[in-house]
Amino acid sequence: MTKLGQWLCGLALLGSAWAVLALAPPELQPPAPLRQALLPLPVYLLVAFGCYSLATVGYRLATFNDCEEAAAELQEHIRAARADLRRRGLRL
Amino acid sequence: MAAPSGPRPERLSVLLPTYNERDNLPLVVWLLVRTFRDSGIDFEIIIIDDGSPDGTQEIAEQLEKIYGSDKILLRPRPRKLGLGTAYIHGMKHATGNFIVIMDADLSHHVSLYFMDCGKQKEGNFDIVSGTRYKGNGGVYGWDLRRKLISRGANFLTQVLLRPGASDLTGSFRLYRKEVLQKLMEKCVSKGYVFQMEMIVRARQLGYTIGEVPISFVDRVYGESKLGGNEIVSFLKGLLTLFATT
Repeated sequence: MTKLGQWLCGLALLGSAWAVLALAPPELQPPAPLRQALLPLPVYLLVAFGCYSLATVGYRLATFNDCEEAAAELQEHIRAARADLRRRGLRL
Repeated sequence: MAAPSGPRPERLSVLLPTYNERDNLPLVVWLLVRTFRDSGIDFEIIIIDDGSPDGTQEIAEQLEKIYGSDKILLRPRPRKLGLGTAYIHGMKHATGNFIVIMDADLSHHVSLYFMDCGKQKEGNFDIVSGTRYKGNGGVYGWDLRRKLISRGANFLTQVLLRPGASDLTGSFRLYRKEVLQKLMEKCVSKGYVFQMEMIVRARQLGYTIGEVPISFVDRVYGESKLGGNEIVSFLKGLLTLFATT
């Protein structure tokens, strides 16, 4: 199954469970407190996911390594390379 | 696929597709040769130049004379024909049992751990992928905007594709030759997305992937572009992979 397929199945499952509980006719409704929490649940989850995304990307952005050493080392290597290549006859 | 028993002689074929890399190519080749000679690994470097107008091929010919045509193989093409086909073309001439693909613009800091198959031997991996996002991997020369786009795009990729590898758009990788051949048959995308598709398909086919932190030092010469066009085509490609794999 494709990833899209998995998402659609998952959403369909959760969506129908929510719909059954939240939109049930009066006789079959779950107790009031539960209903109050249930109805806005999809929105809550979306917002929660949004916050999680922002926090995660923000954290990863802040901890993104800057490779100062690698860059400095590379500059040294470049110097050595050009000198050696010139010795070996490369015309740049 | 049976795992090899005991140590086997390794020969690494490095595929270097180039386009206008006149300045960087000799430096990359020099670094590679030095790394391999220091570690005693058997190697060859296959330079696939797509008819660069800046004289890259001429530099490549000089390098061939300096290092020998058994180590530097020139397999040029008449014009820009794309990365995927460059790999296929290069692989036809590769005699190694491991293939390294990397950028020829010095952005991939040549790492010995990568090159001597250290990681590969550790877990007998089919693929070793360089990652900028884990361990002490990282970048140099990127501003905040670029880093944000990179992390944001990677986050989206992780959420949508759950690929099991931390860096999907990186292109510094080591593959077993048979594995790369199989993947090249199956992959259809272009550009950034092509690199992503390789990893996604590899996971589908049950190949094992190891990761090594790498340093990505942004272009020493020449310019690196990440404009609106690239972002749009990345998103299109990501959604395509999402819907088809």
